[in-house]
Amino acid sequence: MRIEEHPILGKFEKGRKVKFTFDGKTLEGFEGEPIAVALRSNGVMIHRYTSKRNEPRGVFCAIGRCTDCVMIVNGVPNVRTCIEPLKEGMVVETQRGKGSIKEPE
Amino acid sequence: MKRYEMISIGAGPAGLAGAIEAAKRGVQVVVFDENDRPGGQLFKQIHKFFGSYEHFARIRGFNIGKQLLEEANRLGVEVFLNAVVIGVYEGLVLNVMMNNSIIEHVRAEKILVATGASENMIPFPGWTLPGVIGAGAAQTMANIHGIRPGNKILMVGSGNVGLVVSYQLLQAGCNVAAIIDAAPQIGGYGVHAAKVARYGVPFYMSHTIKAAHGKQRVEGATVIEVDKNWRPVPGTEKDFDVDTICLAVGLNPMTQLLRMSKCKMVYEPVLGGYVPAHDINQETSIPGIYAAGDVSGIEEASTAIIEGRIAGLSIAHSLGYMDTEDFLREREEQLRNLKGLRSGGHGEARGSAKEHLIQALEG
Repeated sequence: MRIEEHPILGKFEKGRKVKFTFDGKTLEGFEGEPIAVALRSNGVMIHRYTSKRNEPRGVFCAIGRCTDCVMIVNGVPNVRTCIEPLKEGMVVETQRGKGSIKEPE
Repeated sequence: MKRYEMISIGAGPAGLAGAIEAAKRGVQVVVFDENDRPGGQLFKQIHKFFGSYEHFARIRGFNIGKQLLEEANRLGVEVFLNAVVIGVYEGLVLNVMMNNSIIEHVRAEKILVATGASENMIPFPGWTLPGVIGAGAAQTMANIHGIRPGNKILMVGSGNVGLVVSYQLLQAGCNVAAIIDAAPQIGGYGVHAAKVARYGVPFYMSHTIKAAHGKQRVEGATVIEVDKNWRPVPGTEKDFDVDTICLAVGLNPMTQLLRMSKCKMVYEPVLGGYVPAHDINQETSIPGIYAAGDVSGIEEASTAIIEGRIAGLSIAHSLGYMDTEDFLREREEQLRNLKGLRSGGHGEARGSAKEHLIQALEG
């Protein structure tokens, strides 16, 4: 899915390649790009399931406005993955429903 | 509480242009933007702008963004990123959420609201499936992040956004199966339509989307013809084998902060819905609060820049940084540019809707 050579923009400047996990699987992406972009490059389209009807949702606006793409990132639910930069070792999980915030230990 | 002479809300074309114009005259300006990069939507505009605008003609949008940022930096305009203005209160006081952690309380003598617009959507069976995205989202993915949003695209909407994004998706290596529009004529400029037509992309006018198919993601779409009363004509369905449906069905101004500050709002469909009444200087019904760019009526990046400049000039003048003669002369030049951009069919309609906004403030 990645554009290797763009006719106007040439090559895209990206951070270093990093590993992260998605629902336990190890995937690769580029540091600093939105989590959603790294997921898309790995073929992941479904970010969450809705609370009432269990319907799949993915990216819609891609600029942090609509919140359709939220997921659980490092244990925190409702993270807007279309604007949250990817970091090495991030734990990304499909969100079901509204998610819950863990009590601090 | 921190105090500034001027605060621009939004680091897009209008907010930056306003900040630059004011800073040039000595106004102390800061810009808040909720994103982690400045420029608003300019950096995804990889097409060349039209020749009607003398300063930016034939320059690609992202280069205009670079120019504005360089100029803002040179003038010492401070741009705070990840800074979400969450409230505006009496006395031109703002609450700003910084870096998703602390809320700062700031006050300004003048505020320029340049918060832009967000994409419209239309509901249809399957519209929530992953793979149904805004056309702007497709543009962000392809032009900013270097990833194709999908392989086979159906574009819904033939306005300039639909046309330009279709062309840019072709440049990104996607296949655009068709562009559809419920209207009988193409909405955008002929130049843009010709570019996609040359690629062989078919246009289906007087067609709307009936459904997106798929259980977990988009696996296809059905479109249907509409009659002159916009009613679907049974038996005219056509199926498309696509994995992505882009909605390019207009934009709406993000006026939350203006409404919160109780600016007088006016309904102008041509400008995208409720927009603030404002005077010739872009000042709203609340003294000291200005609005420029898409938030004051959906137009283009070039008009947003000029509106921002006019607001910046007026702010510099009212704070005593410009004498009246200079101000009137420079404003006149910008008003002339604006008039030039509001010519032609769509432009004229926007221009007269803008006149209504001015009349609404006076009346």
